[in-house]
Amino acid sequence: MSDSNEEKKAPARPLPKLNELDTGEFWQATANKEFRYQQCANCGTIVWHPRAHCTGCVDGDLRWKVSAGMGTIYSFSVVRLSYHPFFRTKVPYAVAYVDLDEGPRFLTNVTGIDDPLTEVRVGQRVALAWEKHDELSIPLVTPA
Amino acid sequence: MATQSRDAAIVGIHEYPSRDVEGRVNALQIKAASAAKALADAGLTWSDVDAIYDAGEGGPMSGLMISEYFGIKPTVMDTTGVGGSSYEFHAAHALRAIREGKAKVALLTYGSTAHSNAMAIGAGGRGGGISPGDNMETFAGQTLIANYAMVAQRHMYQYGTTSEQLAEISTATRFHAMRNPEAVQAMTDLDFVGIQETTIEDVVNSRMIADPLHLLECCMVSDGGGAVVIASADVAANCKKSPVWILGTGEATKYPENGADITTSAGAQSAPIAFAEAGVSPAEMDIAMIYDSFSITVLALLEDLGFCAKGEGGAWVEGGRLRFDRPNDGPALNTDGGGLSSNHPGMRGIFLLLEATRQLRGESTSQVADARLAIAHGNGGMLGARHSAASVILGRD
Repeated sequence: MSDSNEEKKAPARPLPKLNELDTGEFWQATANKEFRYQQCANCGTIVWHPRAHCTGCVDGDLRWKVSAGMGTIYSFSVVRLSYHPFFRTKVPYAVAYVDLDEGPRFLTNVTGIDDPLTEVRVGQRVALAWEKHDELSIPLVTPA
Repeated sequence: MATQSRDAAIVGIHEYPSRDVEGRVNALQIKAASAAKALADAGLTWSDVDAIYDAGEGGPMSGLMISEYFGIKPTVMDTTGVGGSSYEFHAAHALRAIREGKAKVALLTYGSTAHSNAMAIGAGGRGGGISPGDNMETFAGQTLIANYAMVAQRHMYQYGTTSEQLAEISTATRFHAMRNPEAVQAMTDLDFVGIQETTIEDVVNSRMIADPLHLLECCMVSDGGGAVVIASADVAANCKKSPVWILGTGEATKYPENGADITTSAGAQSAPIAFAEAGVSPAEMDIAMIYDSFSITVLALLEDLGFCAKGEGGAWVEGGRLRFDRPNDGPALNTDGGGLSSNHPGMRGIFLLLEATRQLRGESTSQVADARLAIAHGNGGMLGARHSAASVILGRD
């Protein structure tokens, strides 16, 4: 069925879909290394993840904003065991919830460190570190 | 207690004994075999069932498909499927349907061959869905275990909780499992290393899977299933076993939100609703059947259900307090051996109802003397992200 080239390809990070109707616009902006989030001009709610409606009011008026790219690690784990074809080659690696200074809490990986077992902690200040792909960039973080 | 309503009771139960079916039966057959045994346990039969509850693990259009497969014609159908807690939701909904007079005999079933299918539940990739949430998160490679681990990590940061305290959950559960022949057989069939009581040291010295959670803080992936029959008071009066009344229920959800505290689960919302309806307090519980997907799930839930204050769970569980032979120290935890050491085929919620019922009937292998009240609390989905919770308070006559 699948050609042999497909099978030989190295396992790759699973990438988001650019045409997903709620979050596609976020991902399209990452091509320019922009971390966008939504705020309602009517009620002020910061909506995350991105979506078409405001969760704070029923006559929402969502506007895109761009994060300055600084945040704090809310919690993390170092994955030692994964059966995923790509991530199994990356263990041990750190996954983290990061609270951006503007409010959105997003899930990501900590990069730019030698040892995730000793260099990641709750409350740590981090900065966005973009991983470039063909049509988008992945927002990772690195110690600030 | 005088205002406590006794409109519906668990009257029949069955836990499918095998945790490794080696391809000999499928999930639907486990559901049907368990249903037949649970109905027989109650002294009822297929044609008595007028309400079907199904979480959809058997396939699409589950309420219709399972009715045909069983050969029943229910007039109440509920296919709430919100993960491992679905069965506590089903019990809550069955109580309401029976109280309303829409049903007299409700049937809940579960079947899974997760072990035989080699399903990588805990450390596999995220599901192939393209929900907006998935589209934001899948790139990070957060295993399910890592999701729960992030709750533990934050709990440790906020409250000083230690791995040794979390290990208390695992050791108490294993202590109970060693008294349950089906749990011992399960661990044997699933090739557990060291099928014996464990120490705190055993747990914290076991392999790290996702910091700070060790191997012995993670549930098994088994085959299995079971069934529960819930009946109206008039039907229950003529059943073979004494009724285990559903005294109160509560339901809730939680999902990632900016600035939210992930050490508090949806259980903090569902449990007070259930206790209020039942007219009882956490301190009165003899039995706590709490979904032990991981050690941290139980620790956070002991706090959320009101057994101790938020953040104090670590100190509260110390010294073997959760064992069945410590009745003056609060409820006995997961006396069947739990998902950690007895049965976890993916959605454990039904087993919480089964063991709570066995305790209130006096049928447990780690029987608490004169157990009168139990809570079954299901948590479905991911504790550190989106999850559903339902609390069910049970009591006997």
